[in-house]
Formats: sequence, structure tokens, C-alpha cells
Amino acid sequence: MPISTQTTESGPTGPGSTPESGQKPPQSPATRQQKAVVRPGDRIFSAATLIAGILILVILAGVALFLLAQSKDTITAQISDPSQITGGKGFFSYVWPLVIGTLISAAIALIVATPFSLGIALFTTHMAPRKLAPVLGYVIDLLAAIPSVVYGLWGIALAGNLTGFYLWLSKWFGWIPIFAPAADGSVSQTGRTLLTASLVLSIMILPIITSLTREIFLQTPRLQEEAALALGATRWEMIRMAVLPFGKSGIVSATMLGLGRALGETMAVAMILSPGVLTASLVVSGNQTIASEIAQNFPEAAGLRLSELITVGLVLFVITLLVNMGARAIVARTSVKGS
Amino acid sequence: MSKQIDIKDLDIFYGDFRAVDGVQMQIKPRSVTAFIGPSGCGKSTVLRTLNRMHEVIPGASVSGEVLMDGNDIYGAGVDPVNVRREVGMVFQRANPFPTMSIKENVLAGVRLNNKRLSKTEADDLTERALRGANLWNEVKDRLNLPGSGLSGGQQQRLCIARAIAVEPEVLLMDEPCSALDPISTLAIEDLINDLKDKYTVVIVTHNMQQAARVSDKTAFFNIAGTGKPGKLIEFNETSTIFSNPDKEETENYISGRFG
Amino acid sequence: MTTMNTTTEAAVSKPAKLTSKQLPKATPWIVAVASILVAIVISFIAFGGFNIPVVAVLAGLINAIAVFAVSASYEGRRKAVDRIATTIVTSTFVLACVPLISLLWLTVSKGGAAISGDLLTRTMLGMKGVLDQQYVAGEATLAGGFYHAIVGTVLITLAACVISIPIGVLTAIYLVEYSNKNRLGKAITFLVDVMTGIPSIVAGLFAFALFSTIANVLLPGAAGIAKTGFTAAVALSVLMIPIVVRNTEEILRLVPMDLREASYALGVPKWKTIVKIVLPTSVSGILSGVTIAIARVIGETAPIMVTAGFAKTLNWNLFSGWMSTLPTFIYDSQLRPVSPGAAALASSERAWAAALVLVALVMVLNLLARIIAKVLAPKAGR
Repeated sequence: MPISTQTTESGPTGPGSTPESGQKPPQSPATRQQKAVVRPGDRIFSAATLIAGILILVILAGVALFLLAQSKDTITAQISDPSQITGGKGFFSYVWPLVIGTLISAAIALIVATPFSLGIALFTTHMAPRKLAPVLGYVIDLLAAIPSVVYGLWGIALAGNLTGFYLWLSKWFGWIPIFAPAADGSVSQTGRTLLTASLVLSIMILPIITSLTREIFLQTPRLQEEAALALGATRWEMIRMAVLPFGKSGIVSATMLGLGRALGETMAVAMILSPGVLTASLVVSGNQTIASEIAQNFPEAAGLRLSELITVGLVLFVITLLVNMGARAIVARTSVKGS
Repeated sequence: MSKQIDIKDLDIFYGDFRAVDGVQMQIKPRSVTAFIGPSGCGKSTVLRTLNRMHEVIPGASVSGEVLMDGNDIYGAGVDPVNVRREVGMVFQRANPFPTMSIKENVLAGVRLNNKRLSKTEADDLTERALRGANLWNEVKDRLNLPGSGLSGGQQQRLCIARAIAVEPEVLLMDEPCSALDPISTLAIEDLINDLKDKYTVVIVTHNMQQAARVSDKTAFFNIAGTGKPGKLIEFNETSTIFSNPDKEETENYISGRFG
Repeated sequence: MTTMNTTTEAAVSKPAKLTSKQLPKATPWIVAVASILVAIVISFIAFGGFNIPVVAVLAGLINAIAVFAVSASYEGRRKAVDRIATTIVTSTFVLACVPLISLLWLTVSKGGAAISGDLLTRTMLGMKGVLDQQYVAGEATLAGGFYHAIVGTVLITLAACVISIPIGVLTAIYLVEYSNKNRLGKAITFLVDVMTGIPSIVAGLFAFALFSTIANVLLPGAAGIAKTGFTAAVALSVLMIPIVVRNTEEILRLVPMDLREASYALGVPKWKTIVKIVLPTSVSGILSGVTIAIARVIGETAPIMVTAGFAKTLNWNLFSGWMSTLPTFIYDSQLRPVSPGAAALASSERAWAAALVLVALVMVLNLLARIIAKVLAPKAGR
């Protein structure tokens, strides 16, 4: 029986041979599996999935293109005669207060919601009784799914109860511009102010941020937690040593997702806020957000007004796009490497 | 059944990295060949090129020839799918399809390849394959239960039954016993002995005693260091490899003086 | 020398200290009750009465300080910090539960009081302010209903599913099985991310802009016909596709490579491996992800109102005429009541009833997703 044996000398490979040329893959004649037959079934199926993927590119390009196309009238009007635009002073002075209102309400919502979300997430993952924890987590997920229109309805029912609180705020903290009362010392009678809308927004994004943060906290490596406890750490020290550092980037991205939600949220604000001109104070009537402006005016809009609203929508699209990209950049920077 | 495999000048790459260098080997039909060697020496990689499974990993490519009874499985126009129907494979970890019953698992290869089977044909094939894998007596009463309910060793034999149900010419085994307890391992080793009457069996193993017990011929692979390609050091009768190898490197590895 | 000796001796002889001063288990509760009492007293003195929010905030603050003080004086600083952290985290949880419970309670109580079989089976056809005034005066039962909105919700959501599920699932398959992380795959992943962030009203504006442009080309000057149920379905699809892609992708990546390899090794072509092995293994996860996506878009209001308007009556035709869904019905009823003034209460009650139905629908869908994930998951056997 012939023994077919090894090819090269069994000595060490390294130094003698030139690793550069040795490590290179052979050129086209030798790498042959590219030529392998493609079955019709495979071709059809992979083409179908490819087309679906490309459709997503098309849809997104479509969103930008069609919004731009419908904005044409506004842009022409802005160039030829800015006084045609609502407010009579051109597009930018029309959209500016809306942008500010949107950013303020989203910021307040985020500032209020984030600490609470972290608290709930920590409570349900590390402090609640073992049997209760999964149930609480599930309830949070359910609350995240409640439609915003229901939050809006609830906000309307609630708004009236807040006037007393706003009066108190303006009395004691009126020297801070955002809590300043109107010239006659009064605050909104209906309570339907930007602050109410922002608070409802914060309650809306609370379950979303919580359920994302919860997931991150649950993923904390068990070994790291146990290592901390084994060093004699108290529960809180363990959370600070193991859980929070691990979840840092996750918390940031969850918060950013919440911010995106708050920026684009239409209904709760549209239903609660009685809109008005931009004012610094949040406890008197006034202010407006982009999404709410569109929702409140779109049904009756036609012609140039319609085009204006779509242009405003385009502005909102750009703002959320920027926020999301910024969020991704932050997450990429803060994420734990090599863990 | 059963074919001879000739490997000529086989180089294997992952992207730009040369994983295995210049393998020459002739595997006789109806024999058991064992591949041994330290971790990362390329023995599993070589095994996977014998049914073109390495292509599943993105960026993998080969040069050289692998001839089955004289036909190059890397030749122009060769369909890897057809190659794999001729060359069955059993993996390190038992991987029965979780959505299928024991019987469906055995018939999966045939059914998925568009062959219509009558009820009796299907029953016959199931029994034949399960008997071939020494599993029939243990599962004949629960053929319609999920395959994932079996013990580890039974699952691995189910995977062997699934592989031989498509009636391949060659059976490749990639460390089939590494996740099993000693009793299950013994059952698989007995099975390998039976299988060699019908199939050309190639087995990769970490366990040198296992190679000594089951194989007719043994190939020893080694690697000079990380980042270097793996090489075939010696290919010989198993008895020779384990008693009086030609190469000192082989001797060092066998006797545990490796490194 | 002597000092060294004594320390060594002390270290050897001193037994390990395993017990430390610990507050009795009931202490936090006692402190909490005391804090609430103090808060009530302060509320009476400073605000002249029992004021729930004031008491709650004060009690929380006093409790936190008291817990820290008691624990620090008895158990030491580290333990005290641990206790105060626990107290703060627990109170944020309790505090955050208040509005959420209030929301659920209002929905169930207000909606439950107003809902009736008639509301579920009637539309707003022939609705007049007089009828609502009679109801508020107690002379008649609540008129009108939202059968048309339920039908609209179901039709529009179904149409959105028909569009987005195939696109979403196929895209996920492309990303997981075919793209090999190539440039196109990365671009699609990025754009799916971007799509997730599209505000829902912008999705609505897009669908409206798309169809009114098409309508303008076909029938110049008739952009109004662009507002249909189908336009709304397209708007919802823009929101639904990224959710379906994300969820499906995540599930497909969980399918072990082992199974694909086992199938390839049997000589099964790639597409068949995906269809017969990968998809069946992950079907429970995919379906549950799709259900979550449905639950998410079924409650959308903004995109519907800019694309399908507000219909008062039943419309089964997705391709012509306005349509209502439950969310737009709620919005419309609340903000534009049939009869303004005191009788607006009737519209508000209809809105709450519809809200109850909508919330129930969303909850059922979420539960369904859980059940699907459990029941259809591959059996572990034994």
C-alpha cells in the first residue's frame, strides 16, 4: 500500500520563506468556488431579499424627495414674496418659534423622565422582590405600548388640576423666567400650557426609556456583579461598580431614543396645548411645537398653507435625523470596548 | 457506495490568511481515516473542504484539487450542493433540527432535496438509517417526538442517521464525541466501526486513544505558531503513527512531549 | 518592639467579626410612617390643609433624610448610603407609578362607564348636536358610535401589514443571510435606523405628498382624492417596516449557525435551508415581533389624520374616500365635539370609550405576542 505523505519539510516554516508572498491567496485561476453554479431557486430568493432591501433605500429617498417636491410652493413664495407666508414675515420667522417650542418640550420631557426611568429600571432589576420583578417589567412593556392619543386624552383631563400648582410655582419661583406669570400676575386658567404638555410627554417616554434601560441592566454580566459582592460591597456599591458602568452606553442610547420620540410626538401635544406665540414662561398659555402645528392645521389646510406645513414637517424630519445621528455618535464613543 | 479521495496540493485561505498549506493525501474507500493534531492546526478546516463546507464561512477559499474517484469537486461547474449530497457530515455538537420530530430529522435531507417518498418508503428509510446509527431500538416508540428531547449521545447518533439517510459515499465527522460522556462515546465508536463496511469515513478527533481505536490510517497535522499555516506532517497506518512514526514531530506529539 | 508584638498578638487572637450592628427589619417602615405623619402635620401648618401632592413630596424628602440619619448613626456610613439609595430608587418607582396608574384607571373607569354594545356597532351617521344635548340633559341614551373607526383600524392595519411584513422580513433575511456585512447591507442597516427615528407625522406627510403628487399627475387639480385608507396604510408601513426588520433580524441572528451547516451538509441549497430550516426555527420570534409592530402602529394617530381624514361613516373601500380609525376618532371627538359647550361631554365620553377599546386592543396584541413566542417556539422536548 503506497503511503502518500506530507508535502513540505516538517521543519519550522517561518523565517526562511517569504511570508508576504506565502500568505497571499492565489489569484483568480485557483480560487474557483466563485464559478460555482447558482441555482435558480437561490437566484430568485436572493434577488427577492435584495429587492426588499433596496426598497427601503427607495422609500427613504422618497420621503425626502416628495416632501421637498411639496415644499416647492413655500420655497418659491419665500423667494418672491415672503409676506405670503403665515405670519407675514417669511418662512424662517414662522418656523423658528415652532423649533424652539419643540426643543424645549422635548428637553423638559427628557430631564424629567430620565432619572425616573433609571430608578424604575434599577428597582425592577435589582431591588424588587424576585417574584414581582418580571411582572413589573412586563407591565412597563405594556405601558410603553399605550397609544399617544390616550395619553393626550388623559392629559386634557389632568390639565385643569395643575393650575393650582402653576400658580404656586409662579408665586414662589416667578423670578425664574420659565415660571414667570403673565403681566397681570395670572397663569393659564385651563392648565393647557407647554409645561403640561412636556410633563405628559415625559410620562409617555418614561416606559420606553425604562424598558430599554431595563434590558441593558439585565444583561450585566452576573460574574461582575458577584465579583463586586464578593469584595464585600453593599448592594448600592455593587450597582455603582458593576451595573451602571456596564449600562452606560445603553442608558445614553435609550435616552436618545426617548428624545427622538419626544421630538416627533404629535398627538399628546396637539391635544393638550392651546397654542400661541412663543413666550419664555411655561406656565402661561402660548408656545407651539412643530408636530402639533401640523396636526392642528393640516385638516383645513390647502394650497400654500398645505405646502408650508409639509415644509415644516421636512424641518422636523431634519431635526430628528440630526438628533438620531448625534445619538449614534455619542453611543459609539461611550460604548464599552472589548467587553 | 464509498469512494476514494485524492487531495492534491490543497491550500486553504480565510481572506488573505493562509490557514492550511500544501496537503497531499489519498484516502482509500471503506476505511476510517483519523485527523489528529493540536488546536488550530487546520485539521477541521481540511475536513470541511472535503464537502465544500468551508465556503459557508465568508472569505474562505482554496486552491489545489480534491478528487473523488478522479472527479475534482472544485472543478468548473461543480455544484457544492451536489458535492454535499455525496459527502455527508456530522458536527462537533449534535444539531438536530429543533422544529422537526425524530423521524422528520432523519428524512430531512431526502425531503428537502425534493424527493417524494411514499409512506412505506419513508418508514423503511427511517428504520434503515436509525438502525445504521444504532439508534432504532432506543427511539422506535417515539419517532414523532422532537429530536431535541434525546440525550446528547442519542442526538449525535440521530445526526449520523440523518447524514446516512441521504446515502452519501463519504462520511465526515468533526470531533463527533467531544461533547459526549464516555458511554455515549463508546456507542459512537462502535458505530464508526460498523459504518466503515459501507462508507469512507474521515474523522477529526482531539482524542488520540480514539484515533488509535477507530481508524485504519491517521494523519497528523501541526502548526508552527500562531499566524502560521497548518501543515500535514505525517500520514500513515495508525499502528505506525502510534508505535513508530516516521517524523520526530509526530513522535513528540503522540508521546505528549509536544511544544 | 513591644508595639509590634502587641499588634501581632491582637491580629492572631482577635476573632473574625462577622456580625455588625443592624437595624431591625421593621425600621424602614416605622421611619416611613413617621415621615408621612410629619409631612401631614407640615401640610396643615404651612398649606392650611391636607394636600396630597405636597404630603407625598414632603414625606419622600423627610423619609430619605430620616433613613439616612438613623442608619448612619447606628450602622455606619456605607450601610447608610446603601439604604438611602434603595429608598430613593424605590420612591422614584412609586412616584412614577402614580401617573401611569391614574392613566389606566381613568381609561377603565371613564371608558367603562361610557361603553356599550351600541357604541361598538353604530357609526356617527346622522349625528346631530341635539342628540348629545338630550343625552347630557338626561333625556336620551348616548347616541352615535365608532363601528366605522373599528373597521377603518382593522382595514388600514391589515393593508399596512400586507405591505410591510414581506418587505421587512425579506430585508432582514437579506441582512442576515446574504449581505455578509457588505456596503449595501451596512447602508440598509443605517437607513433602517434612520427610519426608526422618523416622526410619525412625517411618515404621514410623506404618504400624503406621494399620493397627491400621483393624483395631480393623473387628474390635475384633484389632489384631494389622495386622502384614502390606502394612503394611510402606506404611511403606517413606513413606520412598521423598520420595526419588523429590526425584530426579525435579531431573531434570525439567534438561529445557531450549526443548524444551517447541518442543512448544507445534507446537500440542501441555501434558499431551501432558509425557507425550511431557518424560518421555521425562528417563526415564533418573527410572528411575535410582527405582532409587537402591529400593536405599535395600530395606535398611531398623526399619520392617519393627514392621510385618511376623519370619516363619520362606514367606508369599506381602502382606495376611495376618507376613513376613520380608533385613534383619529378619539382625537376628533375630543377636540371637535359634535355639540360644543356643555354637551361636548357626550363626545368626550365616546372618545374615552374608544380609548378603552384601543388600549384593550393594544394589550391583547402584546399578550398575543408573548403567547405566540411561547407556544410556537421549538419544543425543548422531554
